[in-house]
Amino acid sequence: MNEPLHRSLGLTDEEAEAIEKILNRPPNHLELAMYAVMWSEHCSYKSSRLHLRRLPTEAPWVLVGPGENAGVVDVGDGIAAAIRIESHNHPSAIEPYQGAATGVGGILRDIFTMGARPIAVMDSLRFGRPDDPRSRWIAEGVVSGISGYGNAVGVPTVGGETVFDKTYSGNPLVNVLCLGLMPADRLVLGQASGEGNLAVLLGASTGRDGIGGVSVLASASFGDEEEEAEKRPSVQVGDPFEEKRLIEACLALLDAGLVVGIQDLGGAGLTCATSETASRGGAGMDVDVAAVPRREPGMEPFEVLTSESQERMLAIVSPDGLDDVLAICDRWDVQASVVGRVTEGGLLRVRDGADGEVLAELPAASLHEDAPLYDRPRRPPPDWEDFKTDTAEQLPPPENVAADLLAMLTDPSWVYHQYDHMLFCNTVVGPGGDATVLRLKHPAAGADTGRGLALTADGNHRWCAVDPRAGTAMTVAEAVLNLACVGARPLALVNCLNFGNPEHPEVMWQFSEAVDGMAEACDAFGIPVVGGNVSLYNESNGHNIDPTPVIGLLGVIDSLTRIPPGLAWSEGDRVIVLGEGSAELSGSLWAASTAGHKRGRLPGLDYEQHRRVAGLVAGLVADDRLSAVHDVSSGGLGVALAEMAAVSGVGFRGARIHNHGELFGEAPSRAVAAVDPELLPEVEAAAAATGVTVARIGLAAGDRFSIKGLLDLDMSAITDRWRSAMSDSNGQAQ
Amino acid sequence: MTTKVGVVVFPGSNCEQDVVEAVDTVGGSGQLLWHKDTCLGDVDAVVLPGGFAHGDYLRTGAMARFSPIMGAVERFARDGGPVVGICNGFQILTEAQLLPGALYKNRGLKFLCQPAVLRVESMDSVLTRGLSIGDELQIPINHFEGNFICSEQVLEQLRDKNQIVFTYRDNPNGATADIAGICNENGNVVGMMPHPERAAHPLLGSTDGALLLKGLISSD
Repeated sequence: MNEPLHRSLGLTDEEAEAIEKILNRPPNHLELAMYAVMWSEHCSYKSSRLHLRRLPTEAPWVLVGPGENAGVVDVGDGIAAAIRIESHNHPSAIEPYQGAATGVGGILRDIFTMGARPIAVMDSLRFGRPDDPRSRWIAEGVVSGISGYGNAVGVPTVGGETVFDKTYSGNPLVNVLCLGLMPADRLVLGQASGEGNLAVLLGASTGRDGIGGVSVLASASFGDEEEEAEKRPSVQVGDPFEEKRLIEACLALLDAGLVVGIQDLGGAGLTCATSETASRGGAGMDVDVAAVPRREPGMEPFEVLTSESQERMLAIVSPDGLDDVLAICDRWDVQASVVGRVTEGGLLRVRDGADGEVLAELPAASLHEDAPLYDRPRRPPPDWEDFKTDTAEQLPPPENVAADLLAMLTDPSWVYHQYDHMLFCNTVVGPGGDATVLRLKHPAAGADTGRGLALTADGNHRWCAVDPRAGTAMTVAEAVLNLACVGARPLALVNCLNFGNPEHPEVMWQFSEAVDGMAEACDAFGIPVVGGNVSLYNESNGHNIDPTPVIGLLGVIDSLTRIPPGLAWSEGDRVIVLGEGSAELSGSLWAASTAGHKRGRLPGLDYEQHRRVAGLVAGLVADDRLSAVHDVSSGGLGVALAEMAAVSGVGFRGARIHNHGELFGEAPSRAVAAVDPELLPEVEAAAAATGVTVARIGLAAGDRFSIKGLLDLDMSAITDRWRSAMSDSNGQAQ
Repeated sequence: MTTKVGVVVFPGSNCEQDVVEAVDTVGGSGQLLWHKDTCLGDVDAVVLPGGFAHGDYLRTGAMARFSPIMGAVERFARDGGPVVGICNGFQILTEAQLLPGALYKNRGLKFLCQPAVLRVESMDSVLTRGLSIGDELQIPINHFEGNFICSEQVLEQLRDKNQIVFTYRDNPNGATADIAGICNENGNVVGMMPHPERAAHPLLGSTDGALLLKGLISSD
């Protein structure tokens, strides 16, 4: 109990000293609490900011880059798309349902804060092995939370990924991406300007939930279960109905032009929203803590200022427009209260009553701009050189290739059937494909543009465990190829960087390497990074997760006149591989799942070659030359082929895949395509013209799945295993 | 003359724009009606769309039936006006006792969003007049509470009076007698769990839902 207050709030001694220097006096409890949340790792990015600057962020079509609530790009036809991804890992570890639900709620607010209507959510989920009961409990809770909140709030969950691996057993990853659309001329920024303008708090009352969420929960590691139980009150509780009304009310306020600036309340609650809007607008703000509607009596000012109660927004409005603002809120039964006033001079003042006692007074900008910036020590693992020579090609070959293949199959539909993925009638390709495809309709007029948007979320911790730099670059490359498989070209990238404890030099090294890999790949493909989120301290019981950068990639389809081919081939199709073959196994799912092997050296990525393959695939899809197409990634050629067979219910007779290395290797820049025999010469000619290798590997036919010299399975073995893998492990009958 | 279809917006509804868009696509004219209003204006038909009216934290539809507009909807229905409840709208119609039965949680206790194949069982409803019994339609479902339940007596009446409009080919949710949609005795009030508006564009994989909405706008 003798611990100084600043330490129990998560501030270091040096940080406390810095605060005293800014204020020229010792801070009081409230002020200290406000700095503690704003200077937390979660809000300030103090360990990562230095590195993130190396990412390319510019392109002519970028309207808003990183640093705002969401990135915004011009997608043509007078439409702008807002996109953001965020993690809710720590809350989901402690209370899976609410942790995931509020993750969805938070990301939606980031999008409609920009003036965009959220039209799609994607989730990138990672859990411990399904044979661990606690991991199953977390997985079920997270999926139910996304389903319960996302469906009710009325935004479709159109895709994502679900990965199970031991590395996440104490620390799941729940990354949520949201895409929104708006008329390009309606971009709103979270700014408070104009002295005398009013700050109106919209939405839910403020309660004691989520106090210190960012500092206590998101910026520290996990220990034992008892400790986790103690942290449970720091997890917020979501109310999708409140959020739905808030979305409609806020968009109506924006439509009516009644808002100068608007900001969501997420991490660090009212402290963050008031100080951020004020400092962005170059202004100050007087906040009346007594005017904040509360859920319970007896709340202390520091609780009101740092509470992370969900479903709240702060709108900056002119006094003349207040009555109209209140009328729109009333129509949607959204609570609205004036809680502050924009002032000159840049001070954030917290008062008890509009002109009451000053409880806290500090420079608004100091909560952001003066936040500490750390260049934490980094170094590669001590055995890094040996690590690279311990390759997976040296592992003993499989005793039973077929059994190893079957063990890698999972049908994720158990997850996505629980999500409304069709709302708004845009979903042309939903979850389960290489990338989601949405019709692009004008957000105000509703007119169909005849074009499409494509979206994919990808991460690969095995690649990044082997080599964080090359693995991250390969992840970007995979996303590019995923988009190509639906005929799209990439436009903008957002990232969610999930890493372990940044105070460990090896974790910081992983982080820095990953950023460099992403920067390199984005430069090579000409893709701007328009937003990101960093989640550090993904560590439990002293174990750091494998480095897991997850990327969301948005693309456009210039003419969307038919449904892209997808994974399902037809009887009689010729099956080919586009792209250079390889038998390298390091970093593969096969090496990790059969031998727990995550070392060695990744197959090389040749950007020029990759661009050619992606361009070829996108062109063939656009010209309707393929009956099916699927990129080769986790599980290699074997899993890609088996998934295509399982989805279509038509078998495969293959040859010229000579060994398990060629079957399970995950070298990049390859796609499997199924082609009508009559179109095969044309497809091969197109490949030759672009300098892409084509290999004929078999025929889609019959009810067996066979590869000469390697395996021969009944199709029912493939489909049974594929369909039941996930529902069985979750104890579900479907 | 273009048929005007009023689509009621409750707070928490979310399929209203999709229905308006689909109605417009088939040649009708969709317009939104607000739940706090007490009259329907000059609409020719009413749709209660899908979503989570009033949050559905209680029994689904239990709150929505008390929204001010429901009085007008009930009068319109009793006067023979076409009223269609889709998904949450179906749940609201049963709560308002414009249709019999109730919708329980799905048998698997999971939300289900997936394609479904429906079989047309009756041509006496405002949605199915132009179709034939036995026609199969591909129209997706999207619900947690879609498991239709009713007493033996009601089931018998539904059968006798030809009020079972659609059944599922592969029952996804445990619904009694595979029921996916029913109508009242006059056929002017229809409730269905599947979403026809989600099957009204070739890029969405099926246009079978458009057939039903066409039936609605030509139902005078």
